[in-house]
Order: sequence, then structure tokens, then C-alpha cells
Amino acid sequence: MHHRTFAALLLLSACLAGCSVFQPPQPWEKGLLAKPEMTLGGDALEQRFDQHILNSKEAAAGGSGVGGGGCGCN
Amino acid sequence: MNRLSAITLALSASLFSALPAAAVEAGAPAPEFTLSGSRGTVNLAALKGKVVYLDFWASWCGPCRQSFPWMNDMQAKYGAKGLQVVGVNLDAKRADADKFLAEVPANFTLAFDAQGETPRRYAVKGMPTSLLIGPDGKVIQVHAGFREEERKQLEDAIAAALK
Repeated sequence: MHHRTFAALLLLSACLAGCSVFQPPQPWEKGLLAKPEMTLGGDALEQRFDQHILNSKEAAAGGSGVGGGGCGCN
Repeated sequence: MNRLSAITLALSASLFSALPAAAVEAGAPAPEFTLSGSRGTVNLAALKGKVVYLDFWASWCGPCRQSFPWMNDMQAKYGAKGLQVVGVNLDAKRADADKFLAEVPANFTLAFDAQGETPRRYAVKGMPTSLLIGPDGKVIQVHAGFREEERKQLEDAIAAALK
């Protein structure tokens, strides 16, 4: 093997070894994840905006949860 | 094997070197800790001889809000019999903990561990986690979460430990 290729592989395995340092967040580190903004349906207004844009672009409505509308749009 | 191959092998081996923390289970001695608290230093060794209800909590944890009035009750009811409730706060920012405590007061010992060193040693798996530690410093039970239906069992365990 060419010595430069070998050096490149050596560098790559060194970088990959660094990946073993990363762990998922510990249970006590999940403070930011617990914020209401981080839930899937956190902001109702933003959800309605997204729904409306999607419906407008898709020229089709529905498939986006319970409620919504009341104005005849879906 | 030449030296470069040996180095490559050693580096690849280090990919598998992550060690899991030893679980703290019933019967094991409770790991020692010394933390700053709301009223001076909190040291677990100093509480030997008392039954310690150690609770890991944070301001963003919903069930913790429910557990505080209950823990106040327990401290009031069993404090004279030798119970000491110790709440270890794990908020990264002290201001969040203070805000929580202003809304939900605590009538028991409070300690603060923003670095998260103590829960690591105790291998905490969920928030909140509470440990009942006997007077000999050994863990009696570990409990994750705090639900309405679990209150009775927790109280019974405390009462049994104090006999």
C-alpha cells in the first residue's frame, strides 16, 4: 500500500475513534428538550400557518389532526 | 506487524472503549457526595444513622412539581423519627431552580449539582429518581418517576425503614 494512503487511513481511524466519546443526552441534561417549544405541536398558531400553506400548495386539505378550520376551508 | 499497523490497530480498538456506569441497586452502598446546598454543605456521610430519601429533581421536570408537597409532608411526618429528605437539583442554571422553589417551596435539605457529577455516579436513568438509603448507608430502593398511585408504596417503604 502507498504510504500516503496508509497515513490517510490512520487519520480516518483516529477521527472515528473520537466518535466513541459522543453519547446520547443523559436524563438530567434534557432540560431544553422539556420546553413546550420542543414538542411536536408546541405552537398552535405556527401549526395552523403550516397547514394552510401546505393545503394551498398541495391544492388539497386534510390529514393534519383534529379540529382546525371552522371557516369552511377543509 | 510494523509500527504503523500497530498504531492503527490500537486506535481502532479505542472505538470500543466506552464503559457503562455501574448501576446503583438495592443493597449496594450509596455513593458518597459533597455538594453546596441552600443552607451550607450537604455531605452524605454526615447523614449516616438517618434514613435518607435522596431525590434528584430539576425545574423542568413535571412530576417533580407534584412530588415536592409530598416530600414536605414526609419530612414533617417522619423527620422526628429519623428521616432526612435531601433534594439534589440538576438544573444547569441556578436561576431556573430558584424560580421553581419560589413557586413550590421545599422544607427539606436542598443541594445543587449543575455539573451533573452526582447523577452520573448514581447512574440515574430518569427524572425524577429517588433513592431510599438506610442508616447504614446502603440503598434500600431506587425509584424512577413520581405518580399518584406510587405515593403509598413510597411512604410504606419509608415507614418500614424507620422501624
